[in-house]
Amino acid sequence: MQSFASEFNQAISLILNGDAELWAIVLLSLRVSVFAVLISAVIGMPVGAALAVARFPGRRALIILMNALMGLPPVVVGLLVYLMLSRSGPLGVLELLYTPTAMIIAQVVLVTPIMAALTRQVVEMLAEEYSEQLRSLGVSRLASVPVLLWDARLALVTALLAGFGRAIAEVGAVIIVGGNINHVTRVMTTTIALETSKGNLAMALALGVILIGLAVAVNAMVSALTLRAEREGLRHA
Amino acid sequence: MRDVVTGAPGILDVSGLSIARNGKALLDVPHLCLDGPGPTLILGPNGAGKSLLLRCLHGLIQPDRGRVCQNGAVLNARHKARQAMVFQSPVLLRRSVAANLDFVLKRRSMPRAERKHRIESLLDEGGLGGKARQPARSLSGGEAQRLAILRALALDPETLFLDEPTSALDPSATQMIERMILRASERGVRIVMVTHDIGQARRLASDIVMMQAGRVVEHGKAMQVLEAPESDESRRYLAGGLVT
Ligand SMILES: Nc1ncnc2c1ncn2[C@@H]1O[C@H](COP(=O)(O)OP(=O)(O)OP(=O)(O)O)[C@@H](O)[C@H]1O
Ligand SMILES: [Mg+2]
Repeated sequence: MQSFASEFNQAISLILNGDAELWAIVLLSLRVSVFAVLISAVIGMPVGAALAVARFPGRRALIILMNALMGLPPVVVGLLVYLMLSRSGPLGVLELLYTPTAMIIAQVVLVTPIMAALTRQVVEMLAEEYSEQLRSLGVSRLASVPVLLWDARLALVTALLAGFGRAIAEVGAVIIVGGNINHVTRVMTTTIALETSKGNLAMALALGVILIGLAVAVNAMVSALTLRAEREGLRHA
Repeated sequence: MRDVVTGAPGILDVSGLSIARNGKALLDVPHLCLDGPGPTLILGPNGAGKSLLLRCLHGLIQPDRGRVCQNGAVLNARHKARQAMVFQSPVLLRRSVAANLDFVLKRRSMPRAERKHRIESLLDEGGLGGKARQPARSLSGGEAQRLAILRALALDPETLFLDEPTSALDPSATQMIERMILRASERGVRIVMVTHDIGQARRLASDIVMMQAGRVVEHGKAMQVLEAPESDESRRYLAGGLVT
């Protein structure tokens, strides 16, 4: 236990003293995950909204597929992206394997279905409520999409944060396509895995503390938003 | 600007209208002509089909059979664009009070400065002057109903359907809304309105449609229906209404 206490002290001093390597890793993690989540939102939200509003044959099947994709095991996603990007793969010429871009791609594949599914759920509920009113105001089905997205904005930001939480905490996919290369593709989760196996617990613990702090911050933001939504909709929920 | 005296108000003509669900007739209106020009008030007990009829007149639901005509032509998108409806339970957008009005004014492609001005005067008219920035969903029931009416008026409709628009309002707000409705009517807006308030029907109606169990049991001049109803159903409904 004594050794744990000293490792922990060391970890805290790494954080507080602004250890360059530690913070470089944190920054790379944030950069990769923020990019991935934004791209996922740009793809996933319109797809989710379209699935909520449009009526076409095969829509149910698509929704089931999308929900299934939400539960994709990250290592499998890593493997598939690896196969796409590897030298002999269809996208091999781009030479993206073992770069931060490859990690972003993997996280986009993981997070986009989440974004689309959550958006579909939220927008579909809202569309049901708004449908007659919007039709009465002369808003067509297609034109109702931006209206619904905007009015669902609080729930969508919550979805965004949920996606970020998943992306930043993910390890299986990014370690496969990123390769965990020092100073290039080492992010918080992959570094924790590596440093722990090397016995460098201080570094692993320091990153763990930051990761938990981020998770807490994200959840605090989600609950603050939920609270605000509830307060605004108090009477007509 | 339409001429109140000579301009043709939106004449609504219903023929052979019927809607049935699970073998039960919800609406069965062989013929009904609402030719105004004053406000038409629709009365009848709960479940009589009043809201359903309004939805048909506004083109929100397609009846199983029959059709709705406006000024002799089958109800089309152009007609609908000049109609507005205040629903029995109004749906306000999850935005501020002012943004709810701005939404419809923008759709009329009104320039920004004019919109701002119009929003202010609408809010003043509806007694919501201090609430422009408040989230619409946090309004009280009566305030929400008032905002829904203002939003419908902001569309500057030719025909305005109102489904029990004052059911949640206090007496002074009711009076305010009734005045707004009468003013709109005087401007030439065709008013078709559902109410359970017989006093309100007396104050506003030029003609009254009495409904019961999906049927129109009586349609005539307001005074005549209120003072000397022809059908037993009307007599019973009005008698019940006077007791409360
Ligand atoms: N989609 C539907 N499926 C089955 N029944 C329906 C449907 N829509 C309406 N109804 C029924 O049609 C009848 C008429 O409904 P409507 O809303 O027009 O009544 P109303 O006259 O407006 O009553 P209230 O005064 O309570 O508002 C009701 O009995 C209602 O249950
Ligand atoms: Mg009704």
